[in-house]
Amino acid sequence: MSGQSLRRATATELRAAFQSGAATSRAVTDELFTAIEQEDGVLGAWLHLRHEEARAEADRADARYAAARAAGAAALNALPPLLGVPIALKDLVNLTDTPTTAGSRILQGYISPYDATIAARLKEAGAVILGKTNMDEFAMGSSTEFSAYKKTVNPWAIDRVPGGSSGGSSAAVAAFHAPLSIGTDTGGSIRQPASLTGIVGMKPTYGRVSRYGIVAFASSLDQVGPFARTAQDAALLLHSIAGADAHDATSSRSPLDAALLNLPSGDAAASAIRGKRFALPKEYFVAGMEAGVERAVRDAVAALEAAGGIVEEVSLPTTEHALATYYIVAPAEASANLARYDGIRYGASKHGGGDLLNGYLETRGRGFGPEVRRRIMLGTYALSAGYYDAYYVKAQKVRTLIARDFDRIWAAGFDAIVAPTSPQVAWKFGAKMSDPVSMYLADACTLPANMAGLPGVSIPCGLSENLPVGLQLIGKPWSEAELLSISAGYEALTATAAWRVVAPHDLAKLGGGAA
Amino acid sequence: MSDLTRAEVERVAALARLGLTSDELGKLQGDLNLILEQWSHLADVDTSSVPPSAQTIVQAMPLRDDTAEPSLPVDDALRNAPARSGDFVRVQAILSEEADG
Repeated sequence: MSGQSLRRATATELRAAFQSGAATSRAVTDELFTAIEQEDGVLGAWLHLRHEEARAEADRADARYAAARAAGAAALNALPPLLGVPIALKDLVNLTDTPTTAGSRILQGYISPYDATIAARLKEAGAVILGKTNMDEFAMGSSTEFSAYKKTVNPWAIDRVPGGSSGGSSAAVAAFHAPLSIGTDTGGSIRQPASLTGIVGMKPTYGRVSRYGIVAFASSLDQVGPFARTAQDAALLLHSIAGADAHDATSSRSPLDAALLNLPSGDAAASAIRGKRFALPKEYFVAGMEAGVERAVRDAVAALEAAGGIVEEVSLPTTEHALATYYIVAPAEASANLARYDGIRYGASKHGGGDLLNGYLETRGRGFGPEVRRRIMLGTYALSAGYYDAYYVKAQKVRTLIARDFDRIWAAGFDAIVAPTSPQVAWKFGAKMSDPVSMYLADACTLPANMAGLPGVSIPCGLSENLPVGLQLIGKPWSEAELLSISAGYEALTATAAWRVVAPHDLAKLGGGAA
Repeated sequence: MSDLTRAEVERVAALARLGLTSDELGKLQGDLNLILEQWSHLADVDTSSVPPSAQTIVQAMPLRDDTAEPSLPVDDALRNAPARSGDFVRVQAILSEEADG
């Protein structure tokens, strides 16, 4: 395979090339590092690169492929699906001996002393971990502009945001710096950047993937999930990281669906849509939704219907309360989780002036950026004496109502909900920085699934103003394989659509700056 | 809910152990009041007979076996500590050396 085709290959294509000997993991890894060196000065997706370790992992993978080729087809097929496949981790995944900043100054210089469970699983699977990606500080944000370190641009238009909070991971995959990456999604931080950069991103069911070793934001909502350029690749990555973990009591023992490793493709995938029942919630077509986004999403729904899917409009009446509920529950949990950054055991420290209380105040007041401070304040207030019942308990009750809304959809026999992922395409830098509520509204269509713990996936469904639009599928608990199968079916239905063959417009501009 | 006063914002910042400048406190007072006003419609939702949910995917959360496993070596656990003394994190004294009475 040539350099350009290696760089743009999917994980599934790479595996086939590694098995046949048409390409090596080392060649792909070198090719991607070259692209990163030439382009990340503009893209800004990466915070840390593992040149030496990744090349050693690639060489080890190549040795295993060579040995298996000599031993025969059975040995080749027994190799783990991600062996030798490059991947990026959002910089809140602990990985031994690498910096983990969570996009915050307060963790500048922190070196992870252990592996997150998903990092250990990826190493075990033989994936090549290229490095760590930029993000909004502590995953709080929808544009990656709240990173304390750098700006990440959207490869479709370099004057626009890549979404957030996992914007480094989405931009890296969209710009062909890696075929796969890891994100986290507390209110939409995988699905929304996937939508804005034209790739696939899935938030699994709450509990599907272990959070051990992931920097915590809001523990009743956080989930880890895959970014990829196809549904099949997302399924392979999810299969590699999911499953019960003794180190995370919330991780589920629900068996993983083997179908993740054998998603239908082509005509088989398209014909699997026949007879599926899709719920179209009218509340997700919110005020302020861009007309081009609505058109692309409605066209996608029409395509599912034309393929034999049954689409019915439904109502999820509590949707209008999800935003307020989320922005009480998530900051409340964050204010508790972030209490650990005290400058005593690790992280930036302003202690030593003689006054212990002042050391805490200075460490935290200077170490956290503006959005994190805002959320800690909001959460501390919502949990404080006199306001706890009015805000926190009230939000916990409305969460019950949100979950009941979704339960009614599944009880009525629907297979999935179809909706927009984001009411807008990628916006210009700075457009929402002065008004926190306008930034929060960017997640209006994604955060109800977090409140209910449900799996959701965003897949590309067209362009509006020449920028990507995402279609969101939300499913019942543990239905990731079904959602990704439907996604693969939609990919097959639209395989020759004009918008699908368009590459991100500003790829050529990424090479314009020194890394 | 009435607007947060400056004194309330200062009290919340103290509870959160955030040392903020006067300008930062002023900006946060404005932001928090704007945000809380937007959320005020929650008070109108009838939740009189609705139980709160701490999480919505309800499943058994069995504990792992109570057997000793290797834990993080002391040097690894302390490698990020801002100040260290032997096998301990060094912190400032919280009690005065002068004995009372």
